[in-house]
Amino acid sequence: MTAIDPTAHLTAEQIEELGRELDAIRDEVIAGRGEKDAAYIRKVISAQRKLELASRGVLLFSIFPPAWLIGTAGLSVAKIMENMEIGHNVLHGQWDWMRDPKIHSTTWNWDHVSPADQWKHSHNELHHTYTNVIGKDNDLGYGIMRVDEDQKWHPFHLGQPLWNFLNACFFEYGIAAYDLELGKNLHKRRRKNPEFRARVRAVGRKIRKQVLKDYVIHPLLSGPSFLTTLAATFTANLVRNLWTHSVIMCGHFPEGVQVFERRSIEGETRGQWYLRQMMGSANISGSKAMHFMTGNLSHQIEHHLFPDLPSNRYAEVAVKVRALFEKYELAYVTGPLPKQVYSAWHKVFRLSLPNKKPKVTTPDRERELVAA
Amino acid sequence: MVTTPLLPSDYLDLVSPLRAGADLRGRIEAVHPETGDAATVVIRPGRDWRGHTAGQYVRIGVDVDGVRLWRAYSITSPTNRQDGRITITVKAIADGKVSNHLVRGAKPGTLIQLGQATGDFVLPEAKPAKVLYLTAGSGITPVMGMLRDTGLEDVVLVHCAPRPHDVIFRDDLHDLVADKKLRLIEVHTDTDGRLDIARLDELVPDWAERETWACGPAGLLDAAEEHWTGHGVPERLHTERFRPSVVVAGDGGQVTFSTTGKTVDADGATPLLDVGEEAGVLMPSGCRMGICFGCVTPLKAGAVRDLRTGEITEAEPGVLIQTCVSAAAGPCDIER
Repeated sequence: MTAIDPTAHLTAEQIEELGRELDAIRDEVIAGRGEKDAAYIRKVISAQRKLELASRGVLLFSIFPPAWLIGTAGLSVAKIMENMEIGHNVLHGQWDWMRDPKIHSTTWNWDHVSPADQWKHSHNELHHTYTNVIGKDNDLGYGIMRVDEDQKWHPFHLGQPLWNFLNACFFEYGIAAYDLELGKNLHKRRRKNPEFRARVRAVGRKIRKQVLKDYVIHPLLSGPSFLTTLAATFTANLVRNLWTHSVIMCGHFPEGVQVFERRSIEGETRGQWYLRQMMGSANISGSKAMHFMTGNLSHQIEHHLFPDLPSNRYAEVAVKVRALFEKYELAYVTGPLPKQVYSAWHKVFRLSLPNKKPKVTTPDRERELVAA
Repeated sequence: MVTTPLLPSDYLDLVSPLRAGADLRGRIEAVHPETGDAATVVIRPGRDWRGHTAGQYVRIGVDVDGVRLWRAYSITSPTNRQDGRITITVKAIADGKVSNHLVRGAKPGTLIQLGQATGDFVLPEAKPAKVLYLTAGSGITPVMGMLRDTGLEDVVLVHCAPRPHDVIFRDDLHDLVADKKLRLIEVHTDTDGRLDIARLDELVPDWAERETWACGPAGLLDAAEEHWTGHGVPERLHTERFRPSVVVAGDGGQVTFSTTGKTVDADGATPLLDVGEEAGVLMPSGCRMGICFGCVTPLKAGAVRDLRTGEITEAEPGVLIQTCVSAAAGPCDIER
């Protein structure tokens, strides 16, 4: 926890009132969900599939440099759309209300090496429930980094800029390992647990299929373009990994985001849960296209308040949520992508070293609080 | 392998949703009004449509306000229609989301989901010599399918509707009368009052000798069943109900859908199928009236009540329940 508690000025009564106001925003969106939203996600899915098909088609001739460039760019965008605006959000159950078995959190699988059910458990259940609670939310540094002063320093953290870079390049594998809780489960005692082994096998099967598709079948289909198509799919996966990693780092790591202690969530009320989500997330500002390519996770605060509302509604929800931040004199952490990425990376570097004494406070926040 | 995690069909669906091998779908080609609150929907079924027998119904899944809703409707087109299209005829009922949408909001070109035709409200192989059809309101729809399909020697139709212009297919029926293919008795309940089943003696004196197919509201069908049984000829009466006759409701309870991970409170009168759908759980469904067993689901824990009989079913390994006619009887866990 940072030195000052930025919510200290709120009474318990105010926090519950804030919760009721947020519930009202949620209810309004749910009441208005309908045909337009359904048309939106179907259009996105259809566009993504056509883009992927077209890009892979072009890559059959990837031996020609222009084809390689166009195909790789298209496939990168298609993979990002598939993981972010479609996969992440469908797996959150954002579209379950349509009752379409083809677009439902219980039937969806994604272009990713982590099987959907494992990701849903570690992400939807653990991360979204225990957001930013030290010792409970493994997203806080993914178990390989220290992203808050209150996390204990260990010499291992000296290498965390490198770990973070490697994680960014192979992010989907990082997530699969994370969903398996490898760090915890590789201890001798747990390694033989049949449930864990079954999950490892499931990841193995998923990786095999993904690798076979991207690095064997499509290159083979390309005939003389085998090597260039191989390079193209590798590049597209790399681009997708770097992009999603950057977006996700911006969700909880930039300066100004709060973390919480385990005991602070004991007996937490609905209002307090909302407040923790508000203080524990950060947004990215930008154009419509930018929001789309982040899967609307640029509206991370709104997503964390209402994880199962359709992503196309976060932009309108954000206006109302931001007004509540102002009303309750809370700091809404947001900024353009480069600034937030820099901020997150800066933290990764800074916290690779032990805390300086006295504890570093975050000057930006103090200014905002004084201004408020 | 080429398309993992998707299937090639996910891509083919983008261009050819009605092809052979796809999930069965249909495309609405036209919507013709029949009366002020009823319309006939012309559907081009997908390639895997297996055809139907006159009198059967089809389940359709329609997206209303973005939400997929399934209902069953009787097929009103004859089996030998040249262009291969089928029609259903829908009467908009109060608060009926799907019926109102189909009658007033359905657009030609819209894709819908289809099931195969099903139902045993059909004529037997050996055609009976004398037939009585007894219908009310939209109960005429399966009978119209039969009338259009199969010419019989001696057919009487007793049909009830509030006023003459509320009679669905009135022109078609009068054409059949003009061609001497049908004797038609219209009962206009606004002026004549509800049909007293005892009046059959006067309307159709030989009713007890006729094979009878009856379709309409529960009140009419209950009275008919009693009447036919009372006269010792229950085997002559074939009925089709659009809704289950619900007799009992009790206390509800908390319902857990363990696969989806949702828990909701349910009263003791709402079918678990509706409870699940409302919560965004993927519930298989069928006739929605306890007949087709398309909705059966394992009951993992707790107890449910059959809304038709009041019977309580408790969870045991292997116990399956029909969610469309079962309500929570205390806390329960449904494997969806």
